[in-house]
Parts: sequence; C-alpha cells; structure tokens
Amino acid sequence: MWSWVLHRITGVAIFFFLLVHILDSVVLNFGPDAYDRVIGTYKNPVLGLGEAALVAAIVFHALNGIRIILIDLWSKGTRYQRAMFWIVVILWAVLMAGFLPVHLHNAFTEGQ
Amino acid sequence: MATIDAPRTVPSPARRRGRGNWEKWGWIYMRVSGVLLVILIFGHLFVNLVAGDGIKAVDFAFVAGKWASPFWRVWDGLMLWLALIHGGNGMRTLVNDYAYRPTVNRALKWAIFLAVAILIVLGTYTVTAFDPCPSDPSLSFCQ
Ligand code: HEM
Repeated sequence: MWSWVLHRITGVAIFFFLLVHILDSVVLNFGPDAYDRVIGTYKNPVLGLGEAALVAAIVFHALNGIRIILIDLWSKGTRYQRAMFWIVVILWAVLMAGFLPVHLHNAFTEGQ
Repeated sequence: MATIDAPRTVPSPARRRGRGNWEKWGWIYMRVSGVLLVILIFGHLFVNLVAGDGIKAVDFAFVAGKWASPFWRVWDGLMLWLALIHGGNGMRTLVNDYAYRPTVNRALKWAIFLAVAILIVLGTYTVTAFDPCPSDPSLSFCQ
C-alpha cells in the first residue's frame, strides 16, 4: 500500500516537473541568451536539492513501475511482490548513493 | 494503518456501448511506455546530470551539441511523446479516482488533455526545427 502511495505521489510530481521542463526547453527557440538565462536558474544549491529530490522520485517510480509490471505479467510476480519491493528499495539506495555525491558536488560548486 | 475508500464507480464508465475496450489499451500503454521510459530517462539523466560536469555544463551550446546528431533528437522526441502521454494518462486515473463531480471530472480531464497536446506540439517543434547556427555561428559544428 505504501508503494502504491509513493508511486502515485512521485508520478504526479514528475508530471508537473515535466510540464515545466518542456517549457524551459522550448525557450531554446529564442536563442542562446534567453535559454542560458532560463537554464541558469537550475544551477544553484537550492534547485540542486530540488533536482536531487526529483531524481530520487523518478528512480523510485521507474523501479517500482518495473515491479508493478512484473506483478502483473510474471506468473510468480504476486508471490514475490514483497521481496521485489525490498529489491526496489535497495536498488534505489544504490543508484542514489552513486548519483547524489556527483550531482550535489556539481550543484554546490561555482561556475560553468 | 490508514484506510482509503473502497473502489468506487467512475462518473463516466470506461465501457460505454460499442466503444471497444480503450481502458485495456491504456493499461498496456502504461506498461510498454514504462519499460521504454526507463531506458530513455536513465540515459537522459546520465548524459545530462552525471557525465562530465553534470548540470553545470547544460546550456544552449550543450543542447546544440547533442542535437547536432539525429540520434539525440529522436531520443528526446520519443521521451517527450511517451512521457507526456504516460503522465497524462496516469493523471486521468487520478482524476477518475478523486474528482467525483462530473463537471469537475470533465474539466480536469480537458485541462490535462490540453496541457499534453500543447506541450507535444511545442516540444516536437523544438526538437525537430531547432537550428542553433543562425543565433550562435561560433559553435564548432556551425562552421
Ligand atoms: C521511468 C519509467 C517509468 C515507469 C517504468 C513507469 C511505470 C508506471 C506504471 C507501471 C504505472 C501504473 C499504471 C497502471 O496502474 O495502470 C505508472 C503510473 C503512473 N505514472 Fe509512470 N512510469 C514511468 C515514468 C513516468 C513519468 C516520466 C511520469 C510523468 C510524466 C509518470 C507518471 C505516472 C502517473 C501520474 C501514474 C499514475 C499513478 C497512479 O495511477 O497511481 N510515470 N507508471
């Protein structure tokens, strides 16, 4: 049940970010100055933490999404759904442990 | 343990006479697009946020460099379509779960549909028509 709540909340959060993210990409059509100013707003520690949270949400949604698909389509999926949830949590932790130091370093250091 | 309401009837039932089973196709789409999105999004996050200088390196020239190759244009275009329709269809599920009043339910679904349709048009235009060279001829691949 908590995996379902988390899957929902992360799905909605990603959707709203996706709307913003496509709009910021559309600014590419207005030339380098406009785009660099818009994308520049992503490059500070505060939004850096936001991006980290967003990646955490996407990675969970993606891994748990695969789990949902396996529960639906794999004959043993329901039997192993709880084990697969813990695999999702562990894979999520491993991927985030790899991602966070790299990203937070970039987000908290100055310049291009 | 928190309790949630029992499953309830959707204001506009999925199956109306002779309309085929669209909900089944939606269900299949969520799964097929999900598998593809794992590859597309993880690749996108790795190339843009992990490799090189990550977020620090992302600017007009970075995107122009990626989109100099049709490979990344197709990649990003596929991601655009698959993710927007997957997310839009997922949001429709939530509206059906929580918006009981028929007018609210319909208005929200129209808003989702319009947002998805408009962003697919704008995004597809950007990823196909984008040409960095008129505005920044100094980029290496413009010479
Ligand atoms: C990264 C790969 C992804 C995978 C593997 C994945 C997988 C899934 C699956 C299996 C479902 C359940 C569908 C159902 O019950 O019929 C789902 C629901 C959903 N997804 Fe994704 N998804 C992914 C990416 C995304 C993205 C990028 C967005 C946002 C644009 C998104 C938003 C949603 C929403 C809003 C729902 C509905 C949640 C609900 O009904 O509780 N997903 N996803």
